[in-house]
Amino acid sequence: MKPLSTNAKMRIAPWAAVIILLVVWEGVVRLLGVPQYVFPGVIDTANALVNYYEPVGLHAWQTFWTTVIGFLIGVAVGLGLGIVVGSSPLMYRACYPLLVAFNAIPKVAFVPILVVWFGIGTVPAIITAFLICFFPIVVNVATGLATLEPEMEDVLRVLGARRLDVLLKVGLPRSMPYFFASLKVAITLAFVGTVVSETVASNQGIGYLMMSAGSQMRMPLVFAGLITISVMAMVMYQVFAWMESHITGWAHRR
Amino acid sequence: MTTATVANQAAPDAAPRAASGRPFVEFDQVSLAYDDSGNAIEDINLTIHQGEFVAFVGPSGCGKSTFMKLCTGLHGPTEGTVRVDGQRVVGPLKITGMAFQNATLLPWRTTLDNVMLPLEIVQPHRKRLRKERQAYRDKAMRLLETVGLGAYADSYPWQLSGGMQQRASICRALIHDPELLMLDEPFGALDAFTREELWGVLSELWEANRFTVVLVTHDLREAAYLADTIYVMSARPGRILEQRHVDFARPRDLELTYTPAFTDLIHDLRGRIGAIREGRTE
Ligand SMILES: Nc1ncnc2c1ncn2[C@@H]1O[C@H](COP(=O)(O)OP(=O)(O)O)[C@@H](O)[C@H]1O
Ligand SMILES: [Mg+2]
Repeated sequence: MKPLSTNAKMRIAPWAAVIILLVVWEGVVRLLGVPQYVFPGVIDTANALVNYYEPVGLHAWQTFWTTVIGFLIGVAVGLGLGIVVGSSPLMYRACYPLLVAFNAIPKVAFVPILVVWFGIGTVPAIITAFLICFFPIVVNVATGLATLEPEMEDVLRVLGARRLDVLLKVGLPRSMPYFFASLKVAITLAFVGTVVSETVASNQGIGYLMMSAGSQMRMPLVFAGLITISVMAMVMYQVFAWMESHITGWAHRR
Repeated sequence: MTTATVANQAAPDAAPRAASGRPFVEFDQVSLAYDDSGNAIEDINLTIHQGEFVAFVGPSGCGKSTFMKLCTGLHGPTEGTVRVDGQRVVGPLKITGMAFQNATLLPWRTTLDNVMLPLEIVQPHRKRLRKERQAYRDKAMRLLETVGLGAYADSYPWQLSGGMQQRASICRALIHDPELLMLDEPFGALDAFTREELWGVLSELWEANRFTVVLVTHDLREAAYLADTIYVMSARPGRILEQRHVDFARPRDLELTYTPAFTDLIHDLRGRIGAIREGRTE
C-alpha cells in the first residue's frame, strides 16, 4: 500500500475521527453492558433514527427553520448594533459593558418570560435563538470597524468623505471577514437557543422530541435527536465557513 | 525666540529663489494641545510657497504628524491661524492628497481600483465618475505607468512588494490632482535601495506637476535630496528650530548625495538634531 500524501491525510482526518468516536462509543457501551434505556450504543441510536425517520425529520425541520429565522434576525440586529457600537469610540465605550453584561445572562432564563409574553411554541424558540446568537456578530462587526487604521480614515476624510462614505467604502468591507467568521459561531449558537427553548416550552422540534422521548425512557430516540441536531449545526457551520473563505478570500491571502 | 533662531541659523537666503511662487500655506502663531497634557505643537510661524517642496525633520513624537493634520484641516489649531491659498482652514481640505508610512491600500481592491478610490469620494469627480469611467481609468493607468506599476494595475496589494505598494499609495494621493501633497514618512519602512528609487519617482512626479509637497521624514539625506526647504523641529512641544534652504540644482541626481556640499549639509543638520536630542536647543 502506498503511503498517503499529507493532503489526503488532511482530508480523511475528520472522517477518521468520527469513525473512531463511533467505534469507541459502541465498544464502551458493549463492554460495560450498559442497558439501552440508560446509554444506547451507536447501533441502537442508528436503529432509532431509521425507525423514526419521519417524526425525527418533521421535528428537525421545525427546529431548522426556527433556528434560521432566529439567526437571520440575529444577523440583522447584530450587524446594525455592531455598526453603531463600532462607529465611534464613544459608542464603543458606552455600549460594550452593557452588551457583555447581557451576554453573561444564561439565555434559558429568558424562556419563562417569553412564554408568559408569547405562549409556548415557535415564537419563544425563535427569540431565544436570536438572543443567544447576535452577540458574537455585534462584537466582531464592531471590532472590524473600530480597528480601522486612523491613517486610512484621514486619507478619506481629507477628501471630504462623510461618515457614511468611510463606512461603505472601507469600514464595512474591512469588517466582512470578522462578520463572516462570527456567522459560523452564531449559527451553532442559534441551534442551541432553539433546542433549549423547545425543551422547556414547545410541543414541536428536536428539543421537544428529546424531552418527551427522555421522559418515556426511550433513550435511543433521545440520542437520535442529539445526533440530528449536531449534524444540522455542523452542516450549517460548514456552509458559513465556505461562504467566509469564498467571499472574503482576500483576507486570508496576506 | 524662534524667529531669532531661524535668522541666525538659516543659510544665506537673501536672493529670492526662482522656484517659490505665491504664499500657499501660512501658519501664524499656531499651537495645538490635543488634551490637557500641554501643547503638542507650539508657536509655529511659517510660509510654504506654492510649488515648494518642504521637508520636516525632528525627533519622533515632536508633532510632525500633528503639523500635517493642521495643514490639511483634519484638526483645528488651539491658537493661531492656518491659511491655505489665502483662506483660513476650518475643515478638511480637498485639494490635499496624503500618503503614510504604511501604504493603507485596501486589500479587496486591485491596485487600479485602490488608486481610483479618491475619485469615488471627492467632488466633482465623484459626480462624473460613472459617466466618464473610462477616461478616469485611463488617467489612473497613465499615473500607474509613470511610477512603473502599469503591469500591476490588476494585481492585489498583497501581490506587490512594499516599494510597489508605496508607489500605488502615492498614485492614490495624486489621482485627483491635489495642489498639496502630504507625505508622512512615506518611505520609512522601505529598504535603502527601494527608498532611493522612490526618491527618483517622487521628484519626477513633482517636476512634472509642481504641486506643493510637505514631506515628513526621519532621513536627513532624504530631506536634503528632495526638498527646497528643510524645517527642523524641537522635541515636544514641537517648535520650528531652524529653517534651511537647500539650493542644489534640479533635477537632482543620486550622485549629488556623494558630493561634499551635500554631506556637509547632512553633517550640519545631524549636529543640530543631536543637540536637540541631548536637550541643548541652543
Ligand atoms: N489624537 C491625539 N490625541 C492626543 N495626543 C496626541 C494625538 N496625536 C498625537 N498626540 C501627541 O502629540 C505629540 C505629537 O505627536 P505626532 O504629531 O504624532 O508626532 P510625530 O509625528 O512627530 O512623531 C505626541 O506626544 C503624541 O503623543
Ligand atoms: Mg508621525
